[in-house]
Amino acid sequence: MKKTIKTIALLLIGGSMTWAQTPEQKGLKIAQDASKYDEGFESSEVNLTMTLKNKHGQESVRFLSNQTLELIEDGDKSLIVFNSPRDVKGTATLTYTHKEVSDDQWLYLPSIKRVKRISSDNKSGPFMGSEFAYEDLSSQEVEKYTYKYIKDDNINGENAYVIERDPVDPKSGYTRQLVWLNKSNYRPEKIEFYDRKDELLKTLSYANYKVYLGKHWRAGEFLMVNHQTGKETTLKFEDYRFKVGLAEADFSQNSLIRAGR
Amino acid sequence: MNGTRSLGWFITLQRAIMLAVIVFSNFQMRAQSKEVYTEFSGNVGFEYRYFMNEGLYSGQKDHFPAFSIQPEYYVEWQGGKYILNFTGFGRVDFTDPERNHLDIRELYWQTVNNKWELSVGLKKIYWGVTEAAHLVDIINQTDNLESFDGEQKLGQFMLHYSYMTNFGTFDLFAMSFFRKRQFPGVDGRLRTPDPITDSQLDFESGMNETRPEGAIRWSHYFGPVDIGFSYFYGNGREPIVGINDDGSLFGVYPVIKQAGIDLQATTGPILWKFESIIRRSDIQDMKALDVGFEYTFGNIGGSGIDLGLLGEYLYDDRGDLALSSLQSDVFIGSRLAFNDVQSTEILFGTILDVNRSTQLISLEGSRRFGESLKANLEMRLFRKVSDEEFIYLFRADDFLKLELDWYF
Repeated sequence: MKKTIKTIALLLIGGSMTWAQTPEQKGLKIAQDASKYDEGFESSEVNLTMTLKNKHGQESVRFLSNQTLELIEDGDKSLIVFNSPRDVKGTATLTYTHKEVSDDQWLYLPSIKRVKRISSDNKSGPFMGSEFAYEDLSSQEVEKYTYKYIKDDNINGENAYVIERDPVDPKSGYTRQLVWLNKSNYRPEKIEFYDRKDELLKTLSYANYKVYLGKHWRAGEFLMVNHQTGKETTLKFEDYRFKVGLAEADFSQNSLIRAGR
Repeated sequence: MNGTRSLGWFITLQRAIMLAVIVFSNFQMRAQSKEVYTEFSGNVGFEYRYFMNEGLYSGQKDHFPAFSIQPEYYVEWQGGKYILNFTGFGRVDFTDPERNHLDIRELYWQTVNNKWELSVGLKKIYWGVTEAAHLVDIINQTDNLESFDGEQKLGQFMLHYSYMTNFGTFDLFAMSFFRKRQFPGVDGRLRTPDPITDSQLDFESGMNETRPEGAIRWSHYFGPVDIGFSYFYGNGREPIVGINDDGSLFGVYPVIKQAGIDLQATTGPILWKFESIIRRSDIQDMKALDVGFEYTFGNIGGSGIDLGLLGEYLYDDRGDLALSSLQSDVFIGSRLAFNDVQSTEILFGTILDVNRSTQLISLEGSRRFGESLKANLEMRLFRKVSDEEFIYLFRADDFLKLELDWYF
């Protein structure tokens, strides 16, 4: 008898917890689960091709490479090297993402061999003249947003959660983003970006997903469309490699100089 | 002259060492031929400089068309554990033959380990944080024929060891084969009334350009602060130059000891910058300072355009003897970056003397055309130059420069 009461009590608590979960709590839980799901890649390398297209359809192509070091306690570290246009070949950035405070960022200018610490405040500005802002491409730490679960949806033939996330940093270019996360593996399928006037600014669509090491889902293609200017940018990811044995020493200012040659 | 007597064997020795670096790298590469990655690139450029006023000194011309080439070759093997890096540079000026020059900007072999790296050969090293003056940056000689702002450098022969620790990075340099600064010829502008020639400038050191030199630097960052301390002992990169009463020049490269500090605090949109040096030599002691800020208004109104405002104060206790003429000056500048597909940028700068009338004004613009053509436009104006300053000699040398560089 005692046991039954206990069970009922537990069920009630459990039930009430589920019922009491606010959309904010549910949204945060989904974001945390998504982050947890992708943990354990340690380090990765990938080559990128960026195609910029203006509203007249004229195209311009750039090549980049990226190295990432996964950190659990703090945000990830990353090194991006520009291989074209050729006049900026060897220009590189080193970023230490932080969960709570501003990111640390250094820029290397190969023509004069100079390493310059730059402000990471200007996150809403365009990345290399593209439709991606710096903040769209930086490491997406859970703490950088507040969340709200909106609804379940079906997208690309997959079941997805739709969550709203609001950037914590007032210097972000967005009031909010709507994110479609695949229910089975937490991979993002689509993001809508709303500008500071809360008007739809851009849509990012993910395509050509592949799974690496059994659980790390990476899109082979990002398509960012700017609805206000009619411009778009495609990012193609090639030669993804995971657990490549990179360490903290590979994300130093010396590595930044070497990456830029 | 002391300077020229030793030059023969000095060049021979330098060539022998560079050859050894190449041969050694080549052997090492062949042994690992399966994992060798090579890359050839570079640029060729056309340049046209137009000086708006007639020259003050006889022989000076106004129009200077010129060509340049900069080939680059990069090899790495064993996944980047070993590197050979080469950058050459050549300039042909159709008006001033003294501006024709060839330089090996870089040619070094490097081995990279987890915590340290070692390089041998000709290399370029940059230290510092400020924009108007580059005080702590001492390793390389300035390529005086290429840059008015001192940002182009000649390759310096060195052994460079860099060691990373949890309390900062230590860089050790052993150097030799000093490079003299080069100056424009009779036809050229931005020169002294009598053109400075190599043989006019002597060395204080009995070993001339072969004198061994050393430098050490510690650098680290703490949250928003990046800091570096450096010490250099060797031939001064900047000659001490003066003009005799009869108008002839005298000059010498002193042996110097220089301690430097560079510091930047990155707080939100503001970068706070500080550089200072103390230099000691038997001929001249000096202290200099450059302190200021850079404020960036990013992505103005969602347009993607960045506007940067810069302000710096410069001090040099040599006063009138300072070649830079920056004994007490204020630098005000702005940088407009459009962040567009063509990477359009405009830079404006002015240096105003605090005590005198002198004003230096500069305007630089750059834009890419297509995928591999880059255009640069530069204008420099000398206004109300005080006759107490060294650059009084350049007062008629306002110029416009157009550069077209094609990258391959």
